Amino acid sequence: MEEPRIGVYVCHCGTNIAGTVDVEEVAKYAETLPHVVVSRHYPYTCSDPGQELIKNDIKELGINRVVVASCSPRLHEKTFQGVLREAGLNPYLFQMANIREHCSWLHEPGPEVTEKAKRMVRAAVNRVSHHIPLEIRSVPIFPATLVIGGGIAGMQAAWEIANSNHMVYLVEREPSIGGHMAQFDKTFPTLDCAACILTPKMTEVARHPFIRILTYSEVVEISGYVGNFRVKIRRKPRYVDEGKCIGCLICQEKCPWTALSEFDAGTRKRKAIYTPFAQAVPNIPVIDTEHCAYFLKGTCRACEKFCDANAINFEQSELIFELDIGNIIIATGFDTFDAFSIPQYGYGRYPNVFTSLEFERLCSPTGPTEGHIVLADGRQPDSVAIVHCVGSRDKNYHEYCSRVCCMHALKYSHLLKEKTNAEVYQMYIDMRCFGKGYEEFYDRIQSEGINFIRGKVAKVSDEAIAEEEKGKLIVLVEDTLLGHMLRVPVDMVILCIALEPRKDANELARLFHLGRSADGFFLERHPKLDPVATMSEGILIAGCCQGPKDIPDSVAQASAAAARALAMIARGKIEVPAITASIDETKCSGCKICNLLCPYNAIFFDDEAKVSRINEVLCQGCGVCAAACPSSAITHNYFTAEEITAEIEGVLA
Amino acid sequence: MSFEPKIVGFLCNWCSYAGADLAGVSRLRCPPNIRIIRVMCSGRVNELLMFKALAAGADGILVSGCHPGDCHYIKGNLNARRRVVGMKPFLEAIGIEPERLRLEWIGASEGLKFVETVKSFTQTVKELGPSRFNRRQGGY
Repeated sequence: MEEPRIGVYVCHCGTNIAGTVDVEEVAKYAETLPHVVVSRHYPYTCSDPGQELIKNDIKELGINRVVVASCSPRLHEKTFQGVLREAGLNPYLFQMANIREHCSWLHEPGPEVTEKAKRMVRAAVNRVSHHIPLEIRSVPIFPATLVIGGGIAGMQAAWEIANSNHMVYLVEREPSIGGHMAQFDKTFPTLDCAACILTPKMTEVARHPFIRILTYSEVVEISGYVGNFRVKIRRKPRYVDEGKCIGCLICQEKCPWTALSEFDAGTRKRKAIYTPFAQAVPNIPVIDTEHCAYFLKGTCRACEKFCDANAINFEQSELIFELDIGNIIIATGFDTFDAFSIPQYGYGRYPNVFTSLEFERLCSPTGPTEGHIVLADGRQPDSVAIVHCVGSRDKNYHEYCSRVCCMHALKYSHLLKEKTNAEVYQMYIDMRCFGKGYEEFYDRIQSEGINFIRGKVAKVSDEAIAEEEKGKLIVLVEDTLLGHMLRVPVDMVILCIALEPRKDANELARLFHLGRSADGFFLERHPKLDPVATMSEGILIAGCCQGPKDIPDSVAQASAAAARALAMIARGKIEVPAITASIDETKCSGCKICNLLCPYNAIFFDDEAKVSRINEVLCQGCGVCAAACPSSAITHNYFTAEEITAEIEGVLA
Repeated sequence: MSFEPKIVGFLCNWCSYAGADLAGVSRLRCPPNIRIIRVMCSGRVNELLMFKALAAGADGILVSGCHPGDCHYIKGNLNARRRVVGMKPFLEAIGIEPERLRLEWIGASEGLKFVETVKSFTQTVKELGPSRFNRRQGGY
């Protein structure tokens, strides 16, 4: 190895560092350290002239290692590595001493702060002498993208990518794409109908030459790494031949067996052979084997008899196939809170207590009542209570705010007024109307004569204590603005239930190595600067699987995820980070300890050579294997034992 | 002059180092006895590095990573926990108080927890006095 010639640059960062640390003294001290050729201090090292200073020294003085004592490497390590690269030096011949965040800002001013800064610089100088050039390699990627979830977010992401003429596979586990948005009646704050804006999009996605829709399918296995995933998909049998079915739905008409409709949130029945809703894409029914007489008892086959196209095939079996995928976008959406969990609200006990999703179906012209808002006995309600925050903003259930409920509650008020002229009570904790046009919508609804009661509902009961309460549901609520309890008799109660993570979010998180935040939703890479990426490279998230969101936000995030995927597709290759581990095969004893410890299954055992080997593209560079290797055969590049030890001795000397 | 312990803090890049950055950015104050070494994952910290720190004169060692379940590398932090647990009786056997080794989970948003940890750990080590391996006692 060539003799290290180190340049040290101590940054003032204006007064951020220089106000507490005697930078001149630190720079002077650095000059005395071994291998240091030049040591300077500069007001803003990250500025253009500051960067030029380093470049010049590399050229003029022939320095081959650089130490910058300034801010956190999390902020400017990449900046300075770029300087080295531009000056023709390997970017890994660099070390930063974080004398701002971890020194000048962290301690009470005093002489010991300068002393600490000196030690940090010494540690960096010690360490950088051991640095070796590391190779940044690039590998080609598969251009196809997999989108998981066919709701509005998934469709949007798929459509954005497909428009660049790159293939997208859209996997949906239900028989049709559309997601929750297809269940909604109107959308706030514009009140345009959800179906009118969604169904054309569904058709467009289905017809797109670069999108292949895989409904009734699930991802079962994934292997590979960013840009080079291999995904195994299981296609459940529909028992209807997709090539033959013409979508006449005579089978659905003739089927004598029924079950509760999932699409209608259980408000009505569907047949055992069914499409979830009339505008389903693809418009091909499936047989629900749990309710079909043929699968239960071996008789019936009515659908088969009536199908002119001969499309019914009871022998169909599941299909498993594999796809080569470059990027994966997860848009699996949300589940709704189980209203049974709060028994005092009477859901399931009183037939006129509805969840918000049930009410959406009740309002919808394609719903069980063709859009007429009626009670269980068919009457129109005279008074309705809308209960906010059912399961949200409640430490007993979910602490977070579900973000959409205030707005759909306002929408319900409007629809109720419009369709029934009922007296409407909103029982809210706080009104949160934060989006574009939302506050204006709130204002408009207030002027429509809605009663707003600020307080959390304690109980819904049918125990009347006064004449006017007889035959009604009584909502007990504390009006926190007036400071006393109210009993509000109403005909109908709507519970605005929380949005929560999918029941199987944990399995999905395991499958894709995703993190989950405290609320259970998938964890983004950075809450502000990177809300679409995850900690797993090449796996992006969009829509409600990352947290409760309204439609505009879901669409925006989906488009952002698509842009991120397209950036990689456009480059056609990925750079593999050089901070990986490598195995010295002459030292490896073949104990396989590292094989089991690697969180990414990047280490495999070569049975012929009887040594472990690392797939450097899979390796994410955590160094766990290097720490555990009993033979010290594994080197954690950029964090070798020698480098870290040199740093330790530097800070302690 | 009162005894000022030297404490090495191995902090993982993604959570604890970021938490310490946040402490600095928020101008929270802690004693300057802590000397931070960045590692990619707390699971990188092994017995060798801990002994190197003790041999180089550290009076205390802090190992800090992401909270369980939040590890950037899925489960690397659990290795750190096992190592620290396994290391303590060993330290005791060689005459080093096991309290000189501390493991804490510090998230990227927990600047305050970082500062509180450093304060209390510095105090603990101060009360223990210099480590028997610390041959170079002196200022910071």
